Amino acid sequence: MTTVQDRSAMPQEREPNPALSDPDRPIGYGRVQRKEDPRFIRGRGRYLDDIVLPGMLHGAILRSPVAHARLVSVDTTEALAHPKVRAVVTGKDLEGLNLAWAPTLSADVQAVLATDKVRFQGQEVAFVVADDRYAARDALELIDVEYEDLPPVVDARRALDPGAPVIRDDKEGQTDNHVFDWEAGDAAATDAVFARADVVVSEEVVYPRVHPAPMETCGAIADYEPVEGRLTLYETSQAPHAHRTLFAMVAGIPEHKIRVISPDIGGGFGNKVGIYPGYILAVVGSIVTGRPVKWVEDRSENLMSTSFARDYIMRGEVAATREGKILAVRTTVLADHGAFNATAQPTKYPAGFFSIFTGSYDLEAAHCSVTGVYTNKAPGGVAYACSFRVTEAVYLVERMVDVLAAELAMDPAELRLKNFIRPEQFPYRNKTGWEYDSGDYEPAMRMAMDRIGYADLRREQAERRDRGELMGIGVSFFTETVGAGPRKHMDIVGLGMADGAEVRVHPTGKAVVRLSVQTQGQGHETTFAQILAEELGIPPEDIDVVHGDTDNTPFGLGTYGSRSTPVSGGAVALAARKVKDKARLIAAAMLETRPEDLEWEKGRWFVAGDPTVGKTIAEIALGAHGTVALPEGVDGNLDAEVTYDPPNLTFPFGAYICVVDVDPGTGKVHVRRFVAVDDCGTRINPMIVEGQIHGGLADGVGMALMEFIGFDEQGNCLGGSFMDYLIPTAVEVPDWETGYTVTPSPHHPIGAKGIGESATVGSPPAVVNAVVDALAPFGIRHMDMPCTPARVWAAMQGRPTPPV
Amino acid sequence: MQVSMTVNGTEVSRDVEPRQLLVHFLRETLGLTGTHWGCDTSNCGTCVVLVDGVPVKSCTQLAAMTAGHEVRTVEGLADGGTLDPVQQGFMEEHGLQCGFCTPGMMLTARALLDRQPHPDETTIREAISGQICRCTGYATIVRSIQWAAAHPAAAPSDQEVRA
Ligand code: FES
Ligand code: FES
Repeated sequence: MTTVQDRSAMPQEREPNPALSDPDRPIGYGRVQRKEDPRFIRGRGRYLDDIVLPGMLHGAILRSPVAHARLVSVDTTEALAHPKVRAVVTGKDLEGLNLAWAPTLSADVQAVLATDKVRFQGQEVAFVVADDRYAARDALELIDVEYEDLPPVVDARRALDPGAPVIRDDKEGQTDNHVFDWEAGDAAATDAVFARADVVVSEEVVYPRVHPAPMETCGAIADYEPVEGRLTLYETSQAPHAHRTLFAMVAGIPEHKIRVISPDIGGGFGNKVGIYPGYILAVVGSIVTGRPVKWVEDRSENLMSTSFARDYIMRGEVAATREGKILAVRTTVLADHGAFNATAQPTKYPAGFFSIFTGSYDLEAAHCSVTGVYTNKAPGGVAYACSFRVTEAVYLVERMVDVLAAELAMDPAELRLKNFIRPEQFPYRNKTGWEYDSGDYEPAMRMAMDRIGYADLRREQAERRDRGELMGIGVSFFTETVGAGPRKHMDIVGLGMADGAEVRVHPTGKAVVRLSVQTQGQGHETTFAQILAEELGIPPEDIDVVHGDTDNTPFGLGTYGSRSTPVSGGAVALAARKVKDKARLIAAAMLETRPEDLEWEKGRWFVAGDPTVGKTIAEIALGAHGTVALPEGVDGNLDAEVTYDPPNLTFPFGAYICVVDVDPGTGKVHVRRFVAVDDCGTRINPMIVEGQIHGGLADGVGMALMEFIGFDEQGNCLGGSFMDYLIPTAVEVPDWETGYTVTPSPHHPIGAKGIGESATVGSPPAVVNAVVDALAPFGIRHMDMPCTPARVWAAMQGRPTPPV
Repeated sequence: MQVSMTVNGTEVSRDVEPRQLLVHFLRETLGLTGTHWGCDTSNCGTCVVLVDGVPVKSCTQLAAMTAGHEVRTVEGLADGGTLDPVQQGFMEEHGLQCGFCTPGMMLTARALLDRQPHPDETTIREAISGQICRCTGYATIVRSIQWAAAHPAAAPSDQEVRA
């Protein structure tokens, strides 16, 4: 392990860029500008809504105004009479095509357009196709729908009450709102440890419903060509290949006749993993009208109907000794899955990787059980950079450790240091079955404490408290679980979680790498070029990265759960090594020597002992495609292809410390400082890594303090616009202070662990712990998110925190 | 109705629906898709353009209201082959990830620097506080604008677009 003080908070200083010190040296890892930036800064990105096809029509969706109602009638006569309307599609029409219901990613079905009932506010009821966007919206007003109201189930805690209205009466044999039960760990062993523990603390910890809300909403353009039966589907998709396979299954169009193109994506964060009814309706619209149909949701549709995140009600318990040794954790969770179970989790993991809730601590026992329920709310559930529910797990354990610290009157940082898994214990098998690949937690924690000046801050806090000022210091330490598969354990609707990469070195020594994963702003075009560059010694600017088009890329499951670098990064590195091995054989033929007599240095095979005699990758590529007599069994190219099946997940980690000041008069929380020390193993482009962390930290502040999708008693969504669903702006977040350690993954080809979601996972508990710490003088030990001024103020008055 | 305005220095005149929003006029009627759209309530700022040099949310203004005015979009930020320092700054300091908020952020930055060539951090944060970026956490956007303030002379873009 090496520890390095990061300097990115001081913009004048840079990590050394080898390209600057020696312009001839091929660039691999390091801080380089992004290849995608030149087009974006000129307004030349090509996002879905920028695409215009000849003859293209526009679709719009009529949505339910109520949360639960029987659908009595849908009258489309007037809408059809609108001069610019080309088609109106209802649930009845879809029933005729056997398309009214579509399978979800969790072995449930979801209504494409409602036929029998509406089950959440914002559910899709009818689809209009018109000449232009404005006309399509106008025509929605002309559709007359009669609803017969039913009592809604809004509170997940009431969903399993006897006599609760049954939401999913469409499902045969479904007589209640129960979705699944799932557990991990050893209940009996855990109970035994709890029975003999000196100290047990418990707390109800709610991770409320939030929304990823990327700046670009979701959309699709379907272009169905009837003569050959070909569908070209442009989609805001994080997983184009998986979508194509699912479309083949749903729409009955053979997979080889479907091409999914995912263009530039304006942010995803999990929101663009699912297949939404709008995508399917665009396809139906194109088939019905014979013309391309574009559908792009507006912001309210995005917030009210597409995949939400979290919504876990967790009862957490910790057992410990009086000296602060944590012995065991257990939890029961109520998971609100909305009206359809449409969460995207690996099949065997209906609660995702929540069982990593043992955190970064060496425990004797652990047990969790999760019950999923239906409610009259939008479906979805894995989204917003959560690494398959690791977010909820980390939030729970990091809140509970602080509750324990309060009980024991111990410093929360010291309590964590006392309980960390020790470096010599890795690979570490936790009590719910995960094998943590590598870690060295204490140096990261110490670095964060040094960086923020922890002891001084505690002194300052004591002084301020004496003056009646409310200052809080919040600590969190997280272990992430990313890079799913392995495929034998992990699949989504039967598709194993592996990813592919194809590398081709062109005759002139330039290269292309084709990926199954899809960027949404993470900078794949740069990072993956750098991985290949590092392996082959071809400069990144000579490498083209192709992604987001199923016709031109290998199959794979796509980008979510921080999978890209751990999975596709592995694929690229291994494909590059195949190319390198093949290049050695060809170089040996060209140099008339034996392959084993050659040695590699970046970009070149040379004769051992005589470095002046050698062949560069470019020369070898030309040889491969030229007239060189190739050795037996070697074909004439420098290409390779790999589908990488990760042997295990990777386990990035980090230590975060947040300082807040709370206004005693208004309850407003001000985030004064935030230090984040992350370890994602090998850092390919530190600039991009830092960017990923910064974005996640802002998410964490948002969720902790302001983001919330709430509902009233009727099931009306209260977070349906950016007036109500508040996202931090530049004035609500501090200048991030970052540091890092490097503990490579031992099983990953380049030691990289992934960084996409670490900060979103790790930061909410740091902020909430800081708020609770600030409120400690009021005897407060717990606050639920979001810690809005109204809720903080109510808590200070000793009142129950009001709904937002 | 016929609407005429100057867009990126060129006089344009089009027949539009009176209710057409400026953002749709720019994106769909003129095909200038660098201006984005991200919300229904004037909150996100992905649609920001400069009207007579002042940042305006183009989803909040009708094309008709803009008649006779001068509009500048991201497509008009570079001067031929020469990037605006703000554009360079965003590349240097990683001020963008998905790029969706970026045009609006850069135009607000341009207007700020025209008004106040050396703004402090608080001023920069306030200037962009009507706009949301979901990717960057803002620190690098602030640094990008600081970079532009420190490098007021633009450089030819071909030196700066190396990967
Ligand atoms: S589109 Fe959101 S403010 Fe204009
Ligand atoms: S870069 Fe993605 S929203 Fe700002």
